[in-house]
Amino acid sequence: MSILTRFGLDKTFSHGVHPPEYKSLTEHRPIRRLPFADEMIIPLSQHTGAPARPIVREGQEVVRSEPIAEPGGFVSVPMHAPATGRITRIALARDVRGGMSPALFLQLYPGEGQEILYGAPVDVDGMSNPEIVKAVQRTGVVGLGGAAFPTHVKLAVPEGKTIDTVIVNGCECEPYLTTDHRLMVEHPEDVYEGIRVVQRAYQAARVVVGIENNKPDAVDAMRLAKPDGEPIEVESIETKYPQGAEKMLIKSLLDREVPSGGLPMDVGAAVFNVATLAQIGELLPMQRGLIERVITVTGPAVGNPGNYLVALGTPIRFILEQCRYRGEDASVVILGGPMMGVTVPSLDIPITKGVTSILVLDKAEVQKRNRTEYSCIRCGSCLDACPMHLNPSRLGQLARKREFDTMANAFNLMDCFECGSCSYVCPSNIPLVQRFRVAKSIIRERKAAS
Amino acid sequence: MTVITPGAFEIRTSPHIKASVTTDAIMRNVVYALMPVCAFAVWAFGLSALALICATTAATVLTEHLVCKVSGRPTTVGDFSAVITGLLLALTLPPGLPLWMGFAGGVIAILLGKALFGGLGFNTFNPALVARAFLQAAFPVSLTTWIPAFVDGRFTRFIPTSLTIPFLSPETKAEALTNYLAQAAIDGWSGATPLSLIKFEHKTTAAIDLFTGMIPGSTGETCAIFILLGGAYLVARGMMNWRITAAMLGSAYLFSWLFYLTDNTNPTPAFMLFSGGLMLGAVFMATDMVASPTTPLGVWIYGALMGFLTILIRVKGGLPEGVMYAILLGNAVSPHIENLTQPRVFGTKRVKKAAK
Repeated sequence: MSILTRFGLDKTFSHGVHPPEYKSLTEHRPIRRLPFADEMIIPLSQHTGAPARPIVREGQEVVRSEPIAEPGGFVSVPMHAPATGRITRIALARDVRGGMSPALFLQLYPGEGQEILYGAPVDVDGMSNPEIVKAVQRTGVVGLGGAAFPTHVKLAVPEGKTIDTVIVNGCECEPYLTTDHRLMVEHPEDVYEGIRVVQRAYQAARVVVGIENNKPDAVDAMRLAKPDGEPIEVESIETKYPQGAEKMLIKSLLDREVPSGGLPMDVGAAVFNVATLAQIGELLPMQRGLIERVITVTGPAVGNPGNYLVALGTPIRFILEQCRYRGEDASVVILGGPMMGVTVPSLDIPITKGVTSILVLDKAEVQKRNRTEYSCIRCGSCLDACPMHLNPSRLGQLARKREFDTMANAFNLMDCFECGSCSYVCPSNIPLVQRFRVAKSIIRERKAAS
Repeated sequence: MTVITPGAFEIRTSPHIKASVTTDAIMRNVVYALMPVCAFAVWAFGLSALALICATTAATVLTEHLVCKVSGRPTTVGDFSAVITGLLLALTLPPGLPLWMGFAGGVIAILLGKALFGGLGFNTFNPALVARAFLQAAFPVSLTTWIPAFVDGRFTRFIPTSLTIPFLSPETKAEALTNYLAQAAIDGWSGATPLSLIKFEHKTTAAIDLFTGMIPGSTGETCAIFILLGGAYLVARGMMNWRITAAMLGSAYLFSWLFYLTDNTNPTPAFMLFSGGLMLGAVFMATDMVASPTTPLGVWIYGALMGFLTILIRVKGGLPEGVMYAILLGNAVSPHIENLTQPRVFGTKRVKKAAK
C-alpha cells in the first residue's frame, strides 16, 4: 500500500458515496470453471445495437466457438456457440426485462469433450485500424463491465477525433463484485495483450490503468506483469462509488471533464474494462469468439460464493444450484452490482455478455429499501453524493410535479447516468434515481415524438 | 444440490442497497444532542426550566399528533421532529416564562411554523423560532424577564412567574418573585442578561462565565460548552452541516471585530460569540436542514449572512439580541440563495441560473 493510499491522497473525483464493499465474500476465491448446463439459451440481442441474425437452422449441430449468428449491422456483434451440441429451437425466450425476445436454444451432447476447434492465429502487429476493428467485431466482444456496447465501434474513431490516452478500467466500484479483481490478479497478461491491440488501433501515446486502492494485490499484479518500455501507468485510486463510471474515471486519472452530452473521445480518451481487454487479448490473436465470461456469484443467500467462469447462455437457475443457493432466504436476484444491477423476473434467464454477477440479497437487506418514505428534509446529502454535481433534491421535487422539461432544461437531468448514489444516501428513502429514470424516458419519448 | 422452488421474486429498480442513516434517526440524534443542553438548563434554573421544557415539548407533540388526526394522515410524531421543535423552543425562552405561554408557543410552533406550510420538509422557517417571535411580539415583558442562574432552592420550588394562571400575565413586581430572587444571594439583581448589560449599561461579563453558562439568559442558551458538545456529536455522526455553524460564527466574529475596531465601546468579538443565543442558534437552529439551502456554496453564504445580521442587530439595532431575527431572515432568503448557487454541473462550463 502506498503512502498516498494511507493518507487518502489517491487520485479521485469529487462527490460519490462509500457503500459497504462486501467484497471479502469472494475477492480471494480464484476463478473456477462451472460445469456446462444441459440446455443453453443464447439471446440474439445481448448487446447495445442491432440484434444478431442467426446463421444456423433448427436441428443443426454446432461445435463450440463456431459462429451461430452474424452481426445485424455495424453496431452489432456475432454470436458463437458456447458449447458443442444441437440447436433445438429458434424461439422466444424470457428476457431480463420480463418480456420475450428471440433466442437460440442449444441442447448439449452429454459427454462431449467441449474442446475448441475453431480459430486461426493472426498477426496483430501487422494490422491497420480498420482491420483491427473488423477483427474485434468478429470476436463478438462487447463491454463486459455491464454496458455491453460493441467494443469495435469504440475503436473506429470518427474523422477529426484522436484518442491520445487509453484508460483501462480496473475499478470495479460496485459492492460485492470481484471478477475484474480476480482477472487482474490471475490473468494480467491477457489484459496487457488486449491493451496492446487497443493501443495499436488508436496509435495512443499513453495507457493508464486505474484500479481502486481496495485491491492492492491487483495493483501489484498489474505492475509486475507490465511489459517493459511501454508507456503504461498503473494507478491506485480512491475506492469510491462510482469511480468506475467512464466520466468519473477520466476525471480522476487525467483531470479531464467529458463535456455534458459528450463522449470520452471528445477529451481524447477511451475507457475499456479489464475484462473486455482480457477477452480481446485472449480471443483476437487466435480469431476466436466470445463464448464464456467470469461472473461473481455472491450475496448473503448464496452458500458457496465465488468467481466462476461460465458459458454464455447458462441459465441462472443452474448456476445458483451449483453455488448452493439458499432459496428460502432469498428475496431478490440481481444481475450486476447492488447499485446499478437489475432484478430478474425468473431464474430461467441465461447469462449474457454484459452480466458481471449474480447477487442474491436476503430479506434483511431488502427490508431496508422498504423503510418509510419521508418528505425531503433538504439535508443536502444527495447533492454531496451526485458525481455529476446535479441537484437531485430539486430534481426529485420537480419529478413529483411532473415538470420534466424544467428538469432537463434548467437542472441538467440528461447528464444523470443513473448511478443511484442519491437514492442510496437519501435518509428520507425517496426513490430519486427511480423517478429520474421515468423522467428521462418520458423526455426521450417526447423528443422522439416531436 | 438445492432444488429451487419457483418463488416470488421482487422486481424493482436499482439501487438495491441503502445507507443506514434515516430521517427519523437524524431527528432522534438531534434530540440526543440536545439532552446535555437541557440537563444543564435544569441544573442552572431548576424546576421551572424542567417544567417549561416539558410544557413546550408536550404542546408540539400533541399539536403535531392532532394536526395529523384532523387532516386524516398517519401521525408523524414518530419522526421526532416535533420533539426537537419543542425542546428548541423551551431552550430559547426565559426560564421563568409562565408555563401556559410556553405551551401556547408550542402549539403556535407546529400550527403556524410547520403544519401551515405542509409539515416536515416544507417549513420555510424554523418552527421553534416562529413561535418565539410570536411570543416575543405577544408577551414582550415576560420574554425579557430574566432570572439569575443557580438560585438556592431552585429544585424544590418553581420560579413564581412560571405558575401564572393561563391567559394572565405574571406580576413581575410581586412579592413572591422578590422573595425568590432574594435567594439568589446576588446583590442588586438588575434582571439583565450580559447582552443587555453591555448594550444599555456598558457593563461587560467575564468570558469564562459566558463560556460555562454562569449567567442569566434563556433556558438553554447559556452554556456554550454543552451546546458545542451536542453539535460535535451530530457533526461526528454526519447529521449536521457544520459549514453553516462555522460560517455563522466566523462571520459573527469577523463583523464584531470590525465593529470593535471602529469603536471599542462595542463588545469584543469573543464576548459576542459566547453571549446570548448565538451558540444555540448557530449550532441547533441555523442548521435546521429544511429551512437552509442545500447547495455547497449556498450554505456558506447563508451562514455568513446570519452571522452578519446577528451582529448588525446587536450593535446597531434597538434590541440587545438579534439571533432570532437573523435566523428567520436567513430562512426567508434561503430559497433565493439556493437558486443563485446551483452547483456547476459536471462537464458544463457556466453555472446555470435556476429557472423558477
